[in-house]
Amino acid sequence: MNRLIQLVLATSLAVCTATVSYSVLAQTAPTMMTADSGDTVFDHFGGKAGVGKVIDDFLVIWQADPRISGRLADADVDRLGALLKEQVTQLTGGPAMYSGKDMQTAHAQMGLHNVDFNALAEDLQLSMEKNGIPSRDQNKLLAKLAPMQKQIVTK
Amino acid sequence: MKSHHIQTVALVATLAGMSLTPVWADESSHAMPDMGKLLATGGVSSVEGAAGGGITPWALISGYGTRDSYGANVHYTELGTQDFQLDTYGAALGIMDRVELSIAKQDFKSDRGPLNGLKIRQDIVGIKVKLAGDAVYDQDSWMPQIAIGAEHKKNDGLTGLINGPVTALGAKNTSGTDYYVSATKIFLDQSVLANVTIRDTEANQMGLLGFGGDLHNSYRAEFEGSLAYLINKNWVLGTEYRAKPHNLAADREGAYYDAFVAWFPTKHYSVTLAYANLGSIAAPETGNNGKQSGAYLSLQAGF
Repeated sequence: MNRLIQLVLATSLAVCTATVSYSVLAQTAPTMMTADSGDTVFDHFGGKAGVGKVIDDFLVIWQADPRISGRLADADVDRLGALLKEQVTQLTGGPAMYSGKDMQTAHAQMGLHNVDFNALAEDLQLSMEKNGIPSRDQNKLLAKLAPMQKQIVTK
Repeated sequence: MKSHHIQTVALVATLAGMSLTPVWADESSHAMPDMGKLLATGGVSSVEGAAGGGITPWALISGYGTRDSYGANVHYTELGTQDFQLDTYGAALGIMDRVELSIAKQDFKSDRGPLNGLKIRQDIVGIKVKLAGDAVYDQDSWMPQIAIGAEHKKNDGLTGLINGPVTALGAKNTSGTDYYVSATKIFLDQSVLANVTIRDTEANQMGLLGFGGDLHNSYRAEFEGSLAYLINKNWVLGTEYRAKPHNLAADREGAYYDAFVAWFPTKHYSVTLAYANLGSIAAPETGNNGKQSGAYLSLQAGF
């Protein structure tokens, strides 16, 4: 067991010295996300029309998803769609600024678990797949959304 | 494939898939598995039973249960090289995406050459605990997901061609425990997964040839690394490397390598196909100085 402790300490030290933390201020500053060919991920989504379609399809998939459809029952779906389009446009490097509440405030009373957050991500993936968004670009968007788990999931 | 093993795995998989459909809307039925983790984020089953890649454990916890739930699965793996066949099967349980318990049985046999008919079996019980980090959510930091684990291995001895304990081949012990630390990170921005495992071990050929030996008889820290590309949410391509100790004069043990493709059609199944190179195994005895390499196929079923 002594060797295990030595091993854990050595590796923890290595990890700690290599760890750099930074937070992505997705809600307040525009992010230029460059896709691999030089144009933005927003371009690979098909620009404003493409993002609009992805979000519209995403809301339909969400409403049909028994795991989380209940969350939309009292929501203003049109306003939610508009805000999501702003947010995804900004996150993918497009010309928009998200104008909604920050993620923590927006989800504070919802008592969300990881299963809810992941279900949403899966529905978004389904919409992106349906709309032929390249997998690399899907993952670049998910990379921006994943850290929001800390603010969105409260349970 | 051994048909009775396949039938057992298929039966358990069917029961698992059918009987444990989670109920989402009911907040109070946390007794049901939530199957909430994202596809492929439980890894696959390694040949020693722990979740990760095919030949090395990762910091990921097996199964699809989130931190509010649990998940479990069974696996069956076949690996055939020029002179040997390794079949492994087992089960794993992931609890609250924090603790993983696994069991695996390894059936190793020589089906060619001077060692034809030799059989060696080994039982492995594993435990893994996630200490920190989240491979999926921590996209905004360099922090990996970190877990520590142990694999207790008991070699059941040699049968077939020779009968007796595995110490007959030069090993000092017939059982032993490996300890490891793993750090796994998913870089979604690059669609890449990377893992580093450091394993403290004195097992020869994972324990199939016993523990400790005449050349070296104490624990050594060995490096294991995996690099994978996330083709899309259902397909992963990757490569692994596992350095090994060299404790027995009778076996020119070297590193394991593999290149794999894993398919995750749903959260209930995965299939992994790989080309594996196990290096030299009992080379002087087999008369085959070449590296033992061949195809690896693994099936996992669960929730």
